[in-house]
Amino acid sequence: MNMKRDRFLGAVLLLPALAFIALLVGAPFLMALVLAVTTSSAGSLDVTFVGLQNFRDVFGSPVFRTALRNTLVFTLASQAAVILLGNVLAVALKKAFRGRSFVRFLILMPWAAPIALSTLGWLWIFDSTFSAINWILKVSGYFGPGEWYYWLGDTALGMIAVVTVHVWRMLPFTTVIILAGLTSIPEEVHEAADIDGAGFFSKLFHVTIPMMLPILFVAVLFGTVFTFTDMSVVYLLTRGGPYNSTHVLASLAFQEGVLGGDVGRGAAIALFLLPLLVVMAVLMLRRSRRAEVL
Amino acid sequence: MRRSGPFRLAGAAVHRAVVLLFAAFAVFPFYWMVVTAFKQNSDLYVGAMNTAHNPFIFNQAPTLDHVKYLFTETPYPTWLFNTLSVGLIVVAVTLALAVPAGYSLARLSGRWGERLGIGVFLTYLVPSTLLFIPFSRLISILGLQNTTWALVLVYPTFTVPFCTWLLMGFFKSLPAEIEESAMVDGCSRLGATVRVILPLSVPGLLTAVIFSLTLVFQEFVYSLTFISSVEKMTVSVGVPVALIRGDVYYWGSLMAACLVTSVPLAVVYNLFLDRFIGGITGGAVKG
Repeated sequence: MNMKRDRFLGAVLLLPALAFIALLVGAPFLMALVLAVTTSSAGSLDVTFVGLQNFRDVFGSPVFRTALRNTLVFTLASQAAVILLGNVLAVALKKAFRGRSFVRFLILMPWAAPIALSTLGWLWIFDSTFSAINWILKVSGYFGPGEWYYWLGDTALGMIAVVTVHVWRMLPFTTVIILAGLTSIPEEVHEAADIDGAGFFSKLFHVTIPMMLPILFVAVLFGTVFTFTDMSVVYLLTRGGPYNSTHVLASLAFQEGVLGGDVGRGAAIALFLLPLLVVMAVLMLRRSRRAEVL
Repeated sequence: MRRSGPFRLAGAAVHRAVVLLFAAFAVFPFYWMVVTAFKQNSDLYVGAMNTAHNPFIFNQAPTLDHVKYLFTETPYPTWLFNTLSVGLIVVAVTLALAVPAGYSLARLSGRWGERLGIGVFLTYLVPSTLLFIPFSRLISILGLQNTTWALVLVYPTFTVPFCTWLLMGFFKSLPAEIEESAMVDGCSRLGATVRVILPLSVPGLLTAVIFSLTLVFQEFVYSLTFISSVEKMTVSVGVPVALIRGDVYYWGSLMAACLVTSVPLAVVYNLFLDRFIGGITGGAVKG
């Protein structure tokens, strides 16, 4: 009897949140699918079904293919750097030293600050006339006479700039997650391995990495999703330029769907974000099921 | 591992160098903001070609002009007010939905609850860049375009999943015996929850409030898409979009705005960091 009442109360308490999510995440999501197979402009509410025409158009456009490639490159490059540097930094922060909590606060700042505002800081750092980086390169003698970097006006430099900002922003997040994982490995495990005569690498590959895998998985999952779907950094730093060469899927969807008013096309571009997100969701669910069995 | 003197010293030096290097990388943009926000224009706009002028230090006396300009001559205070008022309503909506849901998932829905909880959390990962186009449709159908109400409607789509998950973890950490003993004493389940559990949950609720507020301050894509009038913007959109006029960048006041907004957020965030990590890592770390 009591059980039944509890279950009823449980459903009643859960329902408002579930209804809200279904209505405001589920419905727009379905709408995104519908919009992608129709033509409609931002101003009017009439829609015409066009099948896969938007996808075909989009895929035929070189700007889109560049954006798709950029999205993958940005995500892979920044995540590889973040995981590597995050491990180094986490190991360094695990050791107790004076002022550690202050250093932790400083290192966390890039993650806590609103990304749109910190990207403005970087925009100013990469400014073509006043760039602090160029001043250092000039003073250190790296630049020959007349040599100069136009960071955001050049495709390769622009991509380096975008990856740098992503790494800067995600590094704190990944580091604190790895740190949480490192501190959760009991000291006795390392001592036991030492007693068994395990060397540094044997300990690394047989103890630390296997025990860290679940937490590294979480760090990579979130990091990938946040980087893959982000448009703020590219939008504020390069606006996709020069000549649409640094766009990512999200910023291109914004340019076509919102600024350009071609809703169907924008929706179709944004939907290319979906496959990776589905893979991530499935991985997450599988992991949780395994955890349930254990 | 015990190492002898010189190696230990070298190790400590490397450790210190690594920590300093990373800290410098993390802080540099903020340092650059400080320098820019308090420099006189004649010290600021010299150009990196001039190697004799060190841009990293104050070559002339620092000034408060840019900060004063930001607060008196720009809509920054209005944006701050807009963000805070949107934030407070979003916090209220979030708590109203996420507290009951989190409790239900923690205590009342058994095995199903676990799956459902993960499902709810996954919606937090649905990115704004996937939904902003249908949302702008939806919002113009509702007649909310270019109003802060659009943000009040949309922001809970990420605060509710996140806070439900956070609070679910928090409620799970409270022993179930607490309500059970109150129920033995004659309280109903709901009465026991309101009278016994909620007072114990103040730290969890506070965490949910802080994270909802920081998420609102950080949000950029929806606000950029829905709000077009300068006086209705939030801070994270107003500063990059409307503080830059034409091609003229007022870097001093621009960087002051970034600094004044970011630093308090970072301080508050830092205080609640450990709960955030606990929420994200969930079952991956056994604490």
